[in-house]
Amino acid sequence: MLNFTVRRIFLVILVAFTVSVIAFFLVRMSGDLATALAGEDANAQEIADIKKIYGLDRPLIIQYADWLIDALRGDFGASLYFPETVGELVAMRLPTTLQLAFSGLIISLLIGIPFGVISALKPDSWIDRISMSIAVAGQAIPTFWMGLMLMVLFGLILRLTPISGDESWQHFILPAFTLGYYSTPPIMRLTRSGMLEVLAGDYIRTAYAKGLKPLRVLFKHALRNAVIPVVALASVQFGHMLSGAIVIESVFAMQGIGYLAWESILRNDIAVIQAILLIVCLFYVGLTFISDLVNAWLDPRIRVS
Amino acid sequence: MSNISADHQKLDPDEALRSNMTRHLFRRISAHNSILIGGTVLGAIVFMALFASLLAPHDPFSQDLSKRLLPPFWMEEHNPKHILGTDNLGRDYLSRLIYGAQISLMIGVCTAIISGIIGSALGITAGYFGGRVDAVITFIITTRLSMPIVLVALAVVALVGGSLHAVILVLGFLLWDRYAVVMRSATQQARNMDYVSAARAIGCPTWRIVLSEIFPNVVNNLIVIATFEVAHAILLEASLSFLGLGVQPPDPSWGLMIAEGKEFLLFDPWIITIPGIALSILVLAVNMLGDGIRDVSAPENRN
Repeated sequence: MLNFTVRRIFLVILVAFTVSVIAFFLVRMSGDLATALAGEDANAQEIADIKKIYGLDRPLIIQYADWLIDALRGDFGASLYFPETVGELVAMRLPTTLQLAFSGLIISLLIGIPFGVISALKPDSWIDRISMSIAVAGQAIPTFWMGLMLMVLFGLILRLTPISGDESWQHFILPAFTLGYYSTPPIMRLTRSGMLEVLAGDYIRTAYAKGLKPLRVLFKHALRNAVIPVVALASVQFGHMLSGAIVIESVFAMQGIGYLAWESILRNDIAVIQAILLIVCLFYVGLTFISDLVNAWLDPRIRVS
Repeated sequence: MSNISADHQKLDPDEALRSNMTRHLFRRISAHNSILIGGTVLGAIVFMALFASLLAPHDPFSQDLSKRLLPPFWMEEHNPKHILGTDNLGRDYLSRLIYGAQISLMIGVCTAIISGIIGSALGITAGYFGGRVDAVITFIITTRLSMPIVLVALAVVALVGGSLHAVILVLGFLLWDRYAVVMRSATQQARNMDYVSAARAIGCPTWRIVLSEIFPNVVNNLIVIATFEVAHAILLEASLSFLGLGVQPPDPSWGLMIAEGKEFLLFDPWIITIPGIALSILVLAVNMLGDGIRDVSAPENRN
């Protein structure tokens, strides 16, 4: 396990490094930073001056190294539109996105796991078929549209929830549900197939045979084993939610990093885009790492291969 | 599961076999059903897209400000000339919807082809050669998987400017991961078959082994993933267009129609309901087709 972990950490560092290169060059190619800084009606001399002041006339590799070292210290440069530094800006907005993604994850687990368990207990029953059909149908609904429709139904017609913003916990209900429903089907499927496999095991039969209460067998013996891969999947899904938040936050006008990324892309605020891209990618890398570790701990065959 | 086998023991072996077959048959029929339903709906949408110019009652681009926001047929005061009403610029909504199908299908299919070529090339190469080649390609796949698609796609589309072609290329170069992962493991399995060793033993060149021995064995998986990726690409295009960084106005992308209708959602919620339902039906049809093909061709992959 230690060997596996060390090899994985090495891989994670390599991936994180590659991702940082991509985040830097991808965004750098998108616009001329000097022109953006100087303003649209600057003349050639002013642009050249700006290039010199900000070190933009140096080779890209050196600029990248500079950016990376600063970024590792938490300094992501200055935004073109906000008085705060990019670091402060992201730190200010990140909690909203994390809260949103976390509530979305909780919702998808709260729906996905129970329905997965029930489906596994009664395979091919009506409840199994209905929950699977809803899962298939749900995957076809675009999240942003789902968000808008929920907004119309619960916010405008029934007036049960706030329509947009992020001031109170009530504001998080609709966005979190919108984000959560899309991740529910994979969690439900994995719970179902995991439970089917576990329930067929000898130790479950033994547990029943020695007269343990069925519910106790179900929760203490079966579910505990079936749910571990779901935890691994959930950490990957959490990453998807951070990225999905960009769409949901702009639908519900929530001031998270997704909304910030979208605004910054629209107005070419390069430093902000780079920082968010890097941070979300690092979250992804970290979450995948956790999921790999959980899976390897669970299944020794993965460690060896 | 233990309950089921206990039940079977009570029956005589013949009956047990029969009940097992019924169950199996049901699975197959339901797989065929989803191919049938998914295929028919998709076929209808493809037909609509191909003959858009004949089917659309109006020009999808012609504006008429005197007929802004006419309601669709199920509401009072609708105009019989505009069955699904008109948008905020007075353009016929049904015609825009019909032309929008062209955009969704074009993006779905083209993206699936581009990413399919990239992904299968990487996956088959990694699976067939193994060793260092595999390690490098696995690393590339891992790196791709650690980049959030929507964020990267938005940044790149902003870079090249939003258009149909830009969206197709960007998504094509981003969505190859699933192909690569599945084709890699399918190739690894096929590589160890006796007939592949035999082909190698008689001195067949590698490209020929890959094309005529490996590829036919993994093409099933390819078709299934391609179907799901079509759906995936359609949804992503809609999201990008909704955020204003995909297909640009005045083109009638369904995602863009939802974005344009967003500000009228308070009084005219139907304006976002119609394109959203169209999108959901299209994606559902494609997904059902994919589910059906998977269940028929490789039932063991179902879960």
